Amino acid sequence: MEPKDLKYTETHEWVKVDKDIATVGITDFATKQLTDLVYVELPSVGAKVTKGSSLGVVESVKAVSDLYSPVSGKVVKVNEKLSKEPEIITQDPYGEGWMIKVKMEDQTELDTLMDSEEYEELVKKEKE
Amino acid sequence: MREPLIFEKSRPERKGCSLPECDVDQESLEKLIPKKYLRQGTLGLPHVSEPDVVRHFTRLSQQNMGVDTNFYPLGSCTMKYNPKVNEDIANLPGFTRVHPYQAEAVVQGTLQIIYEMDKLLCELSGMDRVSLQPAAGAHGELTSLMMIKAYYEDKKEERDTVLIPDSAHGTNPASSHLCGFRTVVVKSNKDGGIDLEDLKGKMSERVAALMLTIPNTLGLFERNILEVSRIIHDRGGFLYLDGANLNALLGIVKPSDLGIDIMHFNLHKTFSTPHGGGGPGSGPLGVKEKLAAYLPVPTVEKDKKGYYFDHDRARSIGKVRSFYGNIEVIIKAYCYLRFLGREGLKKVSQNAVLNANYLMSKLKRYFYLPYDQPCMHEFVLSAEDQKMKDVRTLDIAKRLLDFGFHPPTIYFPLIVKEALMIEPTETESKETLDEFVSSMIQIKKEIEEDPSLLKEAPHNLSIGRLDEVKAAKELKLRWEEKKSGD
Amino acid sequence: MNPYIPNTEEDQEEMLKEIGAKSIEDLFASIPQNLRLKTDLNLPSSLSEMELVNELKGLSRKNAHLDEYVSFLGAGSYDHFVPSLVDHLSSRPEFYTSYTPYQAEASQGMLQATYEYQSLICKLFKMDVCNASLYEGATALAEAAVLAHNVNHGSKVLVAKTVHPEYRQVLTTYIKKTLGLSMIEIDCENGVTDLTKLEEKIDKDTSCVVIQNPNFFGCLEKVSEIEEITHQTDSLYIVSVDPISLGLLVPPGEYNVDIAVAEGQALGCKLNFGGPYLGIFTAKKEFLRKIPGRIVGETSDKKGRRGFALTLQTREQHIRREKATSNICTNHALNALRAAIYLSTLGEEGLAKVAALCLQKSHYAAKRIYQIPGFEPAFKRAFFKEFAVRCPVSPGKINKLLWDNKILGGFDLGRFYPELKNSLLFSVTEKRTREEIDKLTLLLEDIR
Repeated sequence: MEPKDLKYTETHEWVKVDKDIATVGITDFATKQLTDLVYVELPSVGAKVTKGSSLGVVESVKAVSDLYSPVSGKVVKVNEKLSKEPEIITQDPYGEGWMIKVKMEDQTELDTLMDSEEYEELVKKEKE
Repeated sequence: MREPLIFEKSRPERKGCSLPECDVDQESLEKLIPKKYLRQGTLGLPHVSEPDVVRHFTRLSQQNMGVDTNFYPLGSCTMKYNPKVNEDIANLPGFTRVHPYQAEAVVQGTLQIIYEMDKLLCELSGMDRVSLQPAAGAHGELTSLMMIKAYYEDKKEERDTVLIPDSAHGTNPASSHLCGFRTVVVKSNKDGGIDLEDLKGKMSERVAALMLTIPNTLGLFERNILEVSRIIHDRGGFLYLDGANLNALLGIVKPSDLGIDIMHFNLHKTFSTPHGGGGPGSGPLGVKEKLAAYLPVPTVEKDKKGYYFDHDRARSIGKVRSFYGNIEVIIKAYCYLRFLGREGLKKVSQNAVLNANYLMSKLKRYFYLPYDQPCMHEFVLSAEDQKMKDVRTLDIAKRLLDFGFHPPTIYFPLIVKEALMIEPTETESKETLDEFVSSMIQIKKEIEEDPSLLKEAPHNLSIGRLDEVKAAKELKLRWEEKKSGD
Repeated sequence: MNPYIPNTEEDQEEMLKEIGAKSIEDLFASIPQNLRLKTDLNLPSSLSEMELVNELKGLSRKNAHLDEYVSFLGAGSYDHFVPSLVDHLSSRPEFYTSYTPYQAEASQGMLQATYEYQSLICKLFKMDVCNASLYEGATALAEAAVLAHNVNHGSKVLVAKTVHPEYRQVLTTYIKKTLGLSMIEIDCENGVTDLTKLEEKIDKDTSCVVIQNPNFFGCLEKVSEIEEITHQTDSLYIVSVDPISLGLLVPPGEYNVDIAVAEGQALGCKLNFGGPYLGIFTAKKEFLRKIPGRIVGETSDKKGRRGFALTLQTREQHIRREKATSNICTNHALNALRAAIYLSTLGEEGLAKVAALCLQKSHYAAKRIYQIPGFEPAFKRAFFKEFAVRCPVSPGKINKLLWDNKILGGFDLGRFYPELKNSLLFSVTEKRTREEIDKLTLLLEDIR
């Protein structure tokens, strides 16, 4: 069951909105696909991100996955813990495993994101 | 007993080698080299005696599986027997003790071999010219794409895309990208061939080439190849063949008859040169006349006076490596082709295909065969069904090690889940194939009765299953002395 | 059947029966008939092993080789001493008939040897990380420039003209023709890179500065000054070194090189008319995730036993595909093994001694040659084992005389540098005896 208060992308990122700050991470489904995480590459504070563009990568032993930004804006905070302990993402993808906080430029970008029900449908389809 | 690292066997004052004393009048170091350029401190190399070096590397070799010791059915790699006479010949001082800048007149032997390899590979592929320069298959791919790019630049056609099947080897998209092309994936149909509708939809005047592997990585011949060729050629594109699977086609079909314009060969696969623990190999590339002007320099030509290098090719893409090619590897492949001759090549493919079909026919009773049709020189099983017991292809592979086999290729091609790609080659006996089948049957039984045997395999080697997550997280990529106080 | 194919007719019949096919021909039914070859390939007839050996020995005799001629020719490929251990150990079939160690447990031998190679090179070069090998020196240099571009997206590559001409040609192909970057060559002055010209050309669009040390002329470059100039911008400092010289000269890690590459042929590879050689690639640890090719890392199994495995494979083509750091798959593992055996055998003392012998013998030769009227140094710059000589008569005439006397003379620099017409590049390794050097100088005295 995906947290209901979050929004989701087709590329398995989640977004939590608090005024004009968007917190971004990856979903539980995504972490299960990747298996043991060994490394995360995130942008620095101050970097600009664009909706739909790659903002970094998350790496396991057998695969590397691009992370795509659900919103455009400026990165204001990065979860520094993840560089030493990427496994936090797998353990708590919606909580301690948050990746970056972005100050959004255009909140209407959120309208095209999925809610938890739509995302659960997507996951169901992919599992088939 | 684990073999220590060579550094751990180091003791000051041991030496592994004797060198003569300096027989010329010596000058003081400082007089010859400014002090700031002289190395201060140690080199950091070990001090080990000769017997210790020998024992060290000999012991290491004993912890390694090779074709000479084990059945090695790595799909896509063609791990066939490496003829020993070819090693001896390539090791003759007349071949090894030759400097690349010696005058052409005194290296006619090697130049002749390069020239004749060009002609031999042309004959069996139908290409018009072959360059022996690329050092490996991926290098041959990259060189080919550079040539295609140069061709379109001359024609002032803007083609920025390369089409690649979803079953392709990873070097195909990597080489394309390195060359500045964008890649578009073409789907496979349910029979494992190219989805023609998808291809038609993706083909355009922006496409420079379609890269194909024939037979494909499922071990299946592209039945619609003439149609595929037409779709590409009608809109001015090139058809590129990744020649990794040529072992199925020798003397059976010529790539040129399939519409192929440009291709690479893997001498370390089809042509029996040793894999060397990862290389060196050699990846010659062949082209139809249309592209010959773009070949890297120098090419080897022949006139009345003999063989010579042609450096003066106006439209050549230039050089793609120093000197002329992986000569030692080329010589071994040349020996192989001369040994087999016209009579022998076809038998290679016939028996490679026979062996693969035999294995497939036996194994499909025990494991899921997603594309259930006669294969060529390799086939792909899926361990999807075993996932129910929480056993994965990886576990099957590790358990096979306990039975004395090198596992097949796993998790490739990407379009098959829990893939196991098996290529026996023609140099294996029926007894070996039967042994392999028995082991796989035994493993299937273990999956049912005691899956932990697989999940914790290998048990019988000097090392157990290695923690690859640890390797990726800790990233200890070289030995370092322990600091005092550790 | 041929001896490499075990199948007997009986075997074939049994297998066909199991498959349910009537003949081997049936197995090719998926290939449309109109595509099948109707005739045999037009290839020479097969040979027996004896005939093959005779034929190939005949071909080898058409080559002159360095067991018959004394070599003073270098220019990127060197006649160094290779201890007998190297051939013996690297020709163990468990090593050379194995493939890439994707199944780590089955390949601990090759993996540990490669880890040792990486470690030995890191020590010698004083660099943080070394990969498991690339093809040879020129493509290693090209891959370094590609990495630099991936890091800083600079559009210009600055290359010294004193870098090996063939390496510059390969760089041109990779950088200009493939990536579409521009390449600017920096002139030399008195045999080394002209610092003023470098300063003029470097700017914020420069991706990397590429030099060779010792350079193609054998001269020692002003490596620290070039480093300063390079790092005033975001450019990467890329140097191609001679690994033997590191037995004596300051290693690249000590003059702040970002990527140090090398042609490793001198570390135990046979001359082989130019290949296969060994591409050595090392870098600072900050570039680790962008390094091309394979890398071996240390790990352990459940019982805590140390082992080795390929790691960071997610950068490589078989996983990352079009986003891979390079397209390389097969590398030159066996030559890296040879280098590991060479460096282990020579060891701390041996490599330092080889370097010292090269230095002393080359300087002895140079001194003797420069005593001959008409023969002058092309450059007044410190050198290691190669030096360029201005000659009073054409290089062709000199080399012919030397060849007639069983000597392979130096490299005709006029071939690549028009301003150095009538200059020869001589290389003197630890293998050259005083006698051989004296014979060379005696012959040169007679040339006039």
